[in-house]
Amino acid sequence: MQIKESSEVYDVIIVGSGAGGGMATKQLADAGYNVAVVEAGPFFDPADPQTMTQLKWPYESPRRGAGTTRAFGEWDQSWGDWQVDGEPYTHEEGTTFKWWRARMLGGRTNHWGRISLRFGPKDFKGKTRDGHGEDWPIGYDDVKPYYDKVDKLIGVFGTNEGRENDPDGFFLPPPKPRLHELFYIKGAKKSGIPVIPGRLSMLTKRINNERGVCFYCGQCGRSCQVYADFSAGSCLIFPAQKSGGRVKLFVNSMVREITTNEEGKATGVSYISKDDRKEYKLKGKVVVLAASACSSARILLNSKSKQHPNGLGNSSDLVGKYLHDSTGSSGAAFVPDLMNRDVTYNEDGVGGMHVYSPWWGDHSKLDFPRGYHIEVWGGMSQPNYGFGFDQDNFNKLLGLPTGGYGDKLRDEVKRYYGAVIGFGGRGEGLARKENYCEIDETTVDDYGIPVLKFNYKWSDIEVRQAKHMQDTFEEITHNMGGTYLNKPGKDRDYGLHAPGEIIHEVGTTRMGNDPKTSVTNKFNQLHDVDNVFIVDAGPFVSQADKNCTWTILALSWRASDYIIEQLKQQNI
Amino acid sequence: MMDRRKSIQTMILGAGASALAFHGCKTEGGEAAAPETVATTDKKYYGRTPQEAERDAKLREEQLFNEHEMETIAVLSTVILPPKEPHGGPLEADVPEFIEFIGKDMPQMQNTLLGGLMWLDHKSNTDYEVEFKSASLEQQKEILDQICNQDMEVSLDDQPLEIQFFALMRNLVVTGYYTSKVGIADLGYKGNSPNVWDGVPDDVLKKHGVEYDPEWIAKCVDQSKRNEIAVWDEEGNLLT
Repeated sequence: MQIKESSEVYDVIIVGSGAGGGMATKQLADAGYNVAVVEAGPFFDPADPQTMTQLKWPYESPRRGAGTTRAFGEWDQSWGDWQVDGEPYTHEEGTTFKWWRARMLGGRTNHWGRISLRFGPKDFKGKTRDGHGEDWPIGYDDVKPYYDKVDKLIGVFGTNEGRENDPDGFFLPPPKPRLHELFYIKGAKKSGIPVIPGRLSMLTKRINNERGVCFYCGQCGRSCQVYADFSAGSCLIFPAQKSGGRVKLFVNSMVREITTNEEGKATGVSYISKDDRKEYKLKGKVVVLAASACSSARILLNSKSKQHPNGLGNSSDLVGKYLHDSTGSSGAAFVPDLMNRDVTYNEDGVGGMHVYSPWWGDHSKLDFPRGYHIEVWGGMSQPNYGFGFDQDNFNKLLGLPTGGYGDKLRDEVKRYYGAVIGFGGRGEGLARKENYCEIDETTVDDYGIPVLKFNYKWSDIEVRQAKHMQDTFEEITHNMGGTYLNKPGKDRDYGLHAPGEIIHEVGTTRMGNDPKTSVTNKFNQLHDVDNVFIVDAGPFVSQADKNCTWTILALSWRASDYIIEQLKQQNI
Repeated sequence: MMDRRKSIQTMILGAGASALAFHGCKTEGGEAAAPETVATTDKKYYGRTPQEAERDAKLREEQLFNEHEMETIAVLSTVILPPKEPHGGPLEADVPEFIEFIGKDMPQMQNTLLGGLMWLDHKSNTDYEVEFKSASLEQQKEILDQICNQDMEVSLDDQPLEIQFFALMRNLVVTGYYTSKVGIADLGYKGNSPNVWDGVPDDVLKKHGVEYDPEWIAKCVDQSKRNEIAVWDEEGNLLT
């Protein structure tokens, strides 16, 4: 079968439509370039009533919100989770990695937690700070102007606190804390742990006339129909189209490889249409990969040619290496003072935490080098499948009779509703060459494309950090007069989540000044091929004790400015 | 040349085209919906992808429990959670239908559910020479009293089937009721509707012995100005 090739030559082909791809689309289309966006999943608009889950009641579904086909529950707006039909991945024996993919326009930004934290000055210079890993070739001052612009373009609530490694920004005002969050503030402060208003990309205040303002349904994970939270489709790609940009979307289109010419320069991409299972080619002057850290590495490694026998951009042999996810360990507290809640008011709030704890520790006194932040959940949220399960656990804690049935079950439900507070420690794991993804030549996906094989293990450093998280949660719980539930011990690595479970994977195409020890330069441009850029989290040299999205957005904007400059100067 | 006829579904023209036009989802006036803070939900759908909708349709066509078993579930669920005015009970909450669906949706439950129902009738026939559903309430309770207290020190998986069955049924009945319209009314949950969050009511703060820090509150959103477009000075201080 002959591969179908387009005659049109795009200025830029962008692979992936999440945070990085969305931002590149917006910047490059706004600058007047002719852009093709190639997305592996179908079209998605949060405002489409057919696919919308926002404001649904559990009884509108026969499974009452259960997570049978979606790992985070059936209302979660991610089409695909750690498993995607027809798109397997494999593991080196004895290692583990869970790879989340959202196959839809906007990708994971449709369901993400919207926690939008800038990296701080220390986060770009890890090696200088403690000898671990590598420094970034750029510093906070290089990225700050872009963080500022991202704040204003997209909108994020928070407060300027003047903290050294949690930089201030251009914030919308935060929502007031909920009841359980007031308990958390009290409990954490008693142990000297700072608590500040959350920083999340939801519009508590209008930022323009195109997007709506938050109406406090607490369901950002379902993607907002009035575009009051950040999703890449609704906030970047649609606006780029509406302001007259030349943006062609190719959806259900799974990129196989980047095509190159005799000189080894990129000429475009080839992709498989999931609709007709045929291979197509698109031509472009510049290719921007934004498929997510692991997918972009996979595309590069699958792009083998005479000029690039080791895969594209892989002369360093580092594509896929230094893969790292955020660390995570979670816990929950039962707080008797939060029993018998007054249900006369709606406390859904925004879809996430109104308060959080940024990292506070002094590493000279700790047995692990990198920090974490604490996310908080709880409150009188919408009942869904699983609500009211196993109430005997609480009865037992209170010394009440367990078992039985009858009217007592109603009393229990009401007594315990909203009495649990959850903690999520989300931290920095170290970037290691030994943790990587590579091509598994023995296995292909349903589209015939060789799949990724993962090789990832945590070290004792991450386990010790998880222990610190658990001890901290327990201490805060005691300060709140609560009981800490099911504390995991050494035998369970202190609850340390498997790699990939926090869904912040980064580092597979890290940036640097030396082509031998990095894949891209400090402008996200491949060292080996000057018309290929990577604007997802692949170029991250290290995670921070933050989330990666705000930095993906800032660096994608920065790389887009560089692409525009290079195109104008006819350098690429 | 790219096959344009085939790829019409995959390609959406950006310039001048509404994103919604792709789906042909127009509002009644023929205009594509513009984002504004008017939230809606269409009762015709519950947000499934085509693959998920197909799976659900298939599950609905299958039958897990026969008529007798469905009747037994209805009786059992009502003993577990008796109806109470004004918000009814498991039958008003469609709990039996929910359990039928979830048993097909999560087939790992089927053995426990089907086996447990058989156990109930066997026990009831042995003790009272009548099927569980037709036994008197007193007899039904005598049976349930023997299986409703799991050993809290032992993993449920290591306890007898009938204990596992009751624990599972109790969970499903409670969750089925409280995720229904009547159950949510009984619970009193006030959310899942557009509103403006402006903090915990004073009397609730008092009841739980906490208060707002005035310094913290001063930084929070002034909801009377939520529709004024945000403007900052160069230092990031909000001016509007």
